Amino acid sequence: MSGIMKFTGTVLKNLIHKPVTENYPQAEREYPERTRGKVSIDISQCVFCTLCAKKCPTGAITVDRAAQTWTIDPFGCIQCRCCVDHCPRKCLSMEQHYTSPSEEKTVETYTKQTTEEKQEEKEHA
Amino acid sequence: MSVRSIVPFGPQHPVLPEPIHLDLVLEDEKVVEAVPSIGFVHRGLEKLVEKKDYQQYVYVAERICGICSFMHGMGYCEAVEHVMNVEIPPRAKYLRTIWCEMSRIHSHLLWLGLLADAFGFESLFMQSWRLREKILDMFEVSTGGRVIFSVNMIGGQRRDMDAQMLSMFSKVLDDMERELREISKTFLNDYAVQSRLKDVGFLTKEQAHELGAVGPFMRASGIALDSRKLGYAAYPDIDFEPITSQVGDSYARCDVRIREIFQSFDIIRQAIAKIPEGEVAVPVKGMPSGEHFMRVEQPRGEAIYYVKGNGTKFLDRVRVRTPTFANLPGMLETLKGCQLADVPILILTIDPCISCTER
Ligand code: SF4
Ligand code: SF4
Repeated sequence: MSGIMKFTGTVLKNLIHKPVTENYPQAEREYPERTRGKVSIDISQCVFCTLCAKKCPTGAITVDRAAQTWTIDPFGCIQCRCCVDHCPRKCLSMEQHYTSPSEEKTVETYTKQTTEEKQEEKEHA
Repeated sequence: MSVRSIVPFGPQHPVLPEPIHLDLVLEDEKVVEAVPSIGFVHRGLEKLVEKKDYQQYVYVAERICGICSFMHGMGYCEAVEHVMNVEIPPRAKYLRTIWCEMSRIHSHLLWLGLLADAFGFESLFMQSWRLREKILDMFEVSTGGRVIFSVNMIGGQRRDMDAQMLSMFSKVLDDMERELREISKTFLNDYAVQSRLKDVGFLTKEQAHELGAVGPFMRASGIALDSRKLGYAAYPDIDFEPITSQVGDSYARCDVRIREIFQSFDIIRQAIAKIPEGEVAVPVKGMPSGEHFMRVEQPRGEAIYYVKGNGTKFLDRVRVRTPTFANLPGMLETLKGCQLADVPILILTIDPCISCTER
C-alpha cells in the first residue's frame, strides 16, 4: 500500500495548482524574442544580390535581378534563418508566426518600385 | 504440449507509435523468438548529400531525428570540422555541451513519460512531460525553435547565450531538479511500476557486449562506456563518470536514465560555471577533402557519423549509424522468454527511435 501513497503529494499539489497548460487559442501565447517564424522582406532596401537565394538550403527564395523581384515559397521554407543572417542589406527579418495554413501552395512575390513609379505615386498624392 | 503460433506486432501499434514490425513466435503466451523487419519510413536523407552542399546539409542532418536533432546536427558538423581541420572557439564548445545535455534531459523525460504511459500510469506520464516542457521552452528562448534548432554550423554556433540567459537557465534547472526528485521516487519505488519493470527483460553484461548494445541500454547491464568520454565539445573539461547498473533488467534501465538526467543537470551547471568568453564561430574556408568517423553519445547511445569529402562543395558520402540500430539485436535477445504482454514495455526500454534508424 505504501507504494501507492508515493504519488499522493504530487496529486494534492495538482489540485491546488493552477493549470500548467495555456488556454490556447483563446489566450495568445507570448513568444520569446528568438522564435523563428515566417520570413518577411523590406523590398525597398533589397539590392537583388541573390545571396539569400544562394544560401537557402531548400531553394525557397528566387531573386530576379532583371525584373527586380524577390519571391519566396513560404511552404518550402524551413525557418532556418540563413537568408536573414546573410543578407548584406539587413532587409530580411523573421516574424514570430508561421505562414497561415492554406489549401493551396502559394508563392509570394515582391517587386521593387522603380524611381519613376515612386515619382508617379508622389504626384498622385 | 504447448501450441506454437506467430503473432505480428506493428508497424502500427498503440503503445509504440513508431513503425517497426516484429513477428513474435509464441509458445502459448511465451515469446520464443522475435523476427524484426524495418524499412517502413526510409526517407533517403543520406542520398540528399548529393543535392545539398556541405553547409546546407547541416539542416538535413538535424532533421534525421526530432528528439536528438541538436546532436545529429552537431555530430555532422564535428565530423566535417575534423575533415577540414577547423578548430571551433572554446565558447562554442561549451554551448554545444549545454545544448547536448538539454537534449538528453528532454529525451529521457520524454522516454519516462512514454514508459509511464505504456504501463497505464497516466498522471505520471503527464508529470514527466510537464517537466519536459520547461526544457523545450529553454530551447525556444535560446535557439528560436522547440524541436529543430538550426544553431549548428560548420565552424561553431549560430547563436550565443548571454550571462542573463544562462543564469535564468540554471534557476529553471534547479526547480526542475527538485520536481524530478519527487517524480523519480514514484518511478523507482512505486509498487505498480516495479511490478512491470523488475526482473523482466534481462540482458547480461556478456550479451550486451556481444550484441553490440550502446547507451543506457548497455550501461544498465554493467558496461561503463560513454562516448562523451572520447572528448568532443567541452566534455574533456567536465567532471563526470558513466552511469551504470549491474542488474540489467528493465528497472535498471529506468534507473540509469533517471540518474543520467540528474547527471545532465550537473554537467550543465559545470559548463555554465566554466564557460569562457569569446567568439562562438570561426569562418570556414575551402572545401572538405578527406574522411572522418565521428562518434557522439546521444540520449539513446552512441551514434556514428562518417563523412567523405572530395574537395568540392558536395560531399561524396555521409553515413549515420544510429544507436537504435545497434540496440535492436540486444532488444531481440531480451524478448526471448518474456510474456506477450511484456513485449511493448521491453521494446520501449531500449528507447527505440525507428525513424532515425531508417533515415
Ligand atoms: S540577400 Fe538581401 S539584399 Fe540580397 S537579394 Fe536577398 S534580400 Fe535582397
Ligand atoms: S529561413 Fe531558411 S529556408 Fe526559409 S527562406 Fe530563409 S534560408 Fe530559406
